[in-house]
Order: sequence, then C-alpha cells, then structure tokens
Amino acid sequence: MQFDQILQYALSGFSTGAIYALIGIGFSIIYNATGIINFAQGEFVMLGGLLTLTCLDLLQLPLWAAIPCAVAVSTVAGLLFERLAIRPLRQPTPINLVIITIGGSILIRGLAMLLWGKDTHAIPAFSGDDPIAIGGATILPQHLWILAITVVIIAINKFYFYHTISGKAMRACSYNRRAAGLVGIDVRRMVLFSFMISSAMGAVAGIIVAPLTMTAYDVGVMLGLKGFCAAIIGGMSSGIATVVGGLLLGVLESLGAGLISSGYKDAIAFIILLLILFIRPQGLFGKADSERV
Amino acid sequence: MKKILAVCSALCLTLMFASVSCAAGTVKIGGLFAVTGPASFLGEPEKKTLEMLVKEANEKGGINGMKVEAVIYDTTGDATKAVQLATKLIKDDKVSVIIGPSTTGESMAVIPVAEKEKIPLISCAAGIKITEPVKQWVFKTPANDHVAAEKILNYMAKQKQKSIALLTVTDGFGSSGREQIKALAKQKGFTIVADEVYGPKDTDMTSQLTKIRGIKPDAIICWGTNPGPAVVTKNVKQLGIKIPLYMSHGVASKKFIELAGSPAAEGVMLPAGKLAIYDVLPKNDPQYKLLKEYDQAYKKAFGVEASTFGGYAYDAWLLASSAIKKSGAAPDKIRSAIEQTKKLVSVSGVFTMTPKDHNGLDLSAFEMVKVSNGDWVMIK
Repeated sequence: MQFDQILQYALSGFSTGAIYALIGIGFSIIYNATGIINFAQGEFVMLGGLLTLTCLDLLQLPLWAAIPCAVAVSTVAGLLFERLAIRPLRQPTPINLVIITIGGSILIRGLAMLLWGKDTHAIPAFSGDDPIAIGGATILPQHLWILAITVVIIAINKFYFYHTISGKAMRACSYNRRAAGLVGIDVRRMVLFSFMISSAMGAVAGIIVAPLTMTAYDVGVMLGLKGFCAAIIGGMSSGIATVVGGLLLGVLESLGAGLISSGYKDAIAFIILLLILFIRPQGLFGKADSERV
Repeated sequence: MKKILAVCSALCLTLMFASVSCAAGTVKIGGLFAVTGPASFLGEPEKKTLEMLVKEANEKGGINGMKVEAVIYDTTGDATKAVQLATKLIKDDKVSVIIGPSTTGESMAVIPVAEKEKIPLISCAAGIKITEPVKQWVFKTPANDHVAAEKILNYMAKQKQKSIALLTVTDGFGSSGREQIKALAKQKGFTIVADEVYGPKDTDMTSQLTKIRGIKPDAIICWGTNPGPAVVTKNVKQLGIKIPLYMSHGVASKKFIELAGSPAAEGVMLPAGKLAIYDVLPKNDPQYKLLKEYDQAYKKAFGVEASTFGGYAYDAWLLASSAIKKSGAAPDKIRSAIEQTKKLVSVSGVFTMTPKDHNGLDLSAFEMVKVSNGDWVMIK
C-alpha cells in the first residue's frame, strides 16, 4: 500500500467528514435546546442546495448573492417548521416530537419534489475545478472551501454559545429548561432560535457540497443519517466533539472503502454508530454527565 | 349553391358514418407504470408517452377505425400493488393488452397473472429474467443489459484493452450489469482486476478510484444511473486518472454531461440508445426520422426532452398497435401478431420477435459514443 493512496483516502475522508460534522452540529443544537432529534435536518441540507440553484437559474443572481439568499430562505423554512409543526403540540413528549420531525421531513421532501422535479441538478464550483496536488494526492478547490467554511462556522458557533447572552441562554436551557424558564429565559424563543440556527447550518452544508455531489430532492436522507452518526459519536455536543466525530466517520468510511471493500462503506458508518450506542452512549469523548452544548 | 350543399351533406354523412364506425369498436390498452415513488424517473415519461401516442392515434381515427382507450394505473414501484392493479386491468377494465410495469421486480410479479389470464404483457423493464426463459404471453422492449455490455467489450477488444476495473452501483441495475460484464468478460478473455461498488446516494468515490488507480487497469467500466456516474467522472478528473472510462447506457443523456461538467466528461465513452444521440446519427439511419418525430412531439407536449425510458413505452405501444392493426383486438391474436413482428422500426431499435426471442433487439440497438466538446460523437 502506497503512501499517496493512504493520503488520498485521508483527504477524501476529511472533506466528506467536514460535511457530516456540519450536519451533525445541526442535530446537536436542536437536541440540546429541546431534547429532540430533528430528523428533518437532512431536508434543510437539500433545501440549501436546491434554493441556491433556483437563485442562480431563475433569479439570475451571482453565486455570492445566491448563497446568502438560499440560507435566508432555509432559515425561514426552519422557523416555519418550528412554529407550525413543533410548537403547537399540546403534549410535547420526545417520541411525539421525533415522529413529527420525521413527518415534516417527508412533507418537505415531497414539496421539494413537486417544486424542483425528480432530476439531479449541478451547481458550479465556487472557484474552478482544477485539482490541487498535495504530495501525490489531489483535492479540489471546493474541498478547501468546505474545510474553511466548516472551521469558520464552528468558530462562530463557539463564540455565540460562550460569549453572547442568547447563546448563554440557550446553554442554560440545555442544562435545565425549567430553571432557565424560572430565571426569565424565554425557553420557547430559544427553541425557535435553535431551529433557525440549525436549519441555516444545514443549508450551508448543502450549498458547499452541492458542486461536488450534485443535489436533488432526496439527497437529505443519507446525508442526514451520516450527520446523525457524527453527532452520536460526538455525544450530541455542539462543539468540537461532533466535528471530530464527523471527521472520524468520514476518514473511516474512506479508508474502509479503499482498504477493505467499498461494499461495506455505509455498513462501516452504521457499525460505528451501533458500537458507540452500545459501549459509550454518552459519546466517544463524553463523561457520563458531560455538559451538552 | 346546390353543389356546395350536396358536398356539405355528403361530408356530414361520411363524418357521421365515421363516428358511428368509431363507436362500433373500442380497444382497451392497460398501462402499469411507476409514476410516483422511487422509480418515477421511469414511470413518468412512460405514462406521458403512452398518453401522447393514444391521443395521437385517436385523432387520426384510431386503429382500423377502433377507438383506443388507455387505462393507466400508478404502481408506485410496488410489486404487490402492481399485481393487484394488473388483476384489476384484466378483470374489471377488460383490457386486451398490458403495457408495463416499469421495473423488473414488478414485471416478475405480474408475469404469473398475465400468463394465467392469457393477456399479452409488454414490459418496459430491462431485467433479462423477464424474457429469459421465454414466457408465452410476456414481451419486453428495453434491450438486455448484456447487449450494452457486449458493445463496450467489443469496442475494448478493438482498442486492445485487456484488464477491466469495475465500479458498479449497489442497486438492481448495477448488480445486474456487474454480473453480466463479469460473465461476458470471462467468455471474451478479459480479466477483471478490480471489482468495486458504490451506493446509489454516495457523494464521493475517490476511495474506490484511488484503489483502482493503484491497480492500473486498461479501462474502467462504471455501471449506474445518475447522479453516481457523474460523481465518478468528476472524481476521475480530480485524481488525474488517465485510464479510459466507460459508462453504461443508463447515463446516455445530455443530463449526464451537464452534471459531470463538460471538461470532466470529455472522453467518456458509452453505448447509447439511439434516441439520446439521434442528432448525430447519419440521416439514412432507419430510426432517424421516427426518433426525431418522437423527441419533437414530446418536447412540444411536455416541454422536456424525450427520454430513453419514455421510448420503452413508445416501443410497447408500437408493438401492440401494429399487432392490433394486423389481427384485431383479441388478446390471443395480439400475442401471436407481436411474436411475428418483423423489422419494426421503433425508438429502442428495430424489433424482430421470434417464438424464442421475446425482446427482439440486437447489438444494433446501441451505438458507441464519446463525449467531445460537451456533446456526443459516434466512435467506430
């Protein structure tokens, strides 16, 4: 086995892993604020990609304007989803909420199918398609964009949760909703915020991968599941642990496909998920009573 | 003035007679397509094509003066539903012939029903199992996958390429292609040096391709439908792999070039059904005129390009309607007339059925093409 092959596996793994991480963090943010797993997270990834396409083709916007536009519309979609589907619930038991998110994801996917059709669509790369060689392995400029944007988003996330009032309030909700409510934090608004933040993040993830992977109304399912795996490995933390979880998953998948067999690529992801759930349900890095933000 | 009146009344009379003769007979054709659900990319153009053709036929006065009525049901790609609907078509709607279903799984499930009730079934699915072994009442219009695979291997033999790396998708289309390439390769003396797979929703195949790059085969054959092959094409370009890349007929449309991007898709070769490339066919090709007409009519009616899949329904309609024209609307007569089809020029190819061959297509159904300057060119 040559070194450049291993390097290529690792690089490919890192770039897919970064996406898993971004989607995974979206899962964790909502989980931490509300205690539910939002299975519609993958659909926001899809919305990001397809809305960018619409902004580019239909509204003829340049790429730099189309992206914020798509993120904004996805955020509004996240807001509406929380307002119309999550909040009206009388008895918000976790199982009810989870089922609602699954229903929501099917609805969003169905609407997207009607709006954009069943075809796969391509989005142009942000800065060209010429591969960059790194010691015998190659990556595309888009991979660098993915890694850079992931780092930036995680930095913003960190800043928000630790250095702003509303971020701190959201953390407070995750520790103890009732106590947070008692000290005057509007818990329902925090829940709404969490949906908006994670739908925006999902949309960003969907936009930055679309030039590499193409986009269609049903891309959200698999990416959502992989993001969920990343979040589980990271113990549902919305910080660095989920990022490491995502990267680990990406690299293991890629190495597994390259060195063992490509037939087991997805199996590897889900075996890791099961192992983590059996052996360390608190996540790879979590202490049993870890802080969950 | 009297003359005009006379002509008018004569016209009226003939029109009346014509409508009377129309009402005298209707022939019912059943359609089973996966219009929604995972196989909707097959079922939707099939349904639209059949509806368009039936409308056209009725405007021209039907088949032998008989009005055509199409009863089309959506199977949603579900085999159980397909069987129920097939029974409904036969028992309640009393159709003379069934076109569809869209997928191999559904077709296999419906076959026993058609055989038992003795109604001809013209499947629009590609699986080789449908017509091999031959079933008395069952036909199919898409060419077998191994015909496309053979086309690639024949071309490779000409180029003296001996070792193959396979990269196939893990769905029905991919695994059937994989098995058939392997069997054919063995027969024709090729060696398979890598046998990699990818999932239908996978977004990055660089791991598989890096492995293949290390093995250095003479050619890579990728077998799948969009978007996987477009991702593979992009990844090949990214990794700087210079090995010739072959794709299946499953991506023989402009959509593939668009998705992969024209610099990356340059040089990709594949066997294409003639519909996808009719504008580069020689004008004297027997199918040229029909393909052009179909594509233009479809574009006019639905605003999108006609697809190979819609073409399968076109073939089925042509087989059925020619049979009805020849020997009337009784199911057993339709069946034997379809079996005697000779050199019927249609979308997927030129059909010649025999009691031993209920598909009727050969290697001429495909042409090898290559992507050059963002479009297809034929290669010999």
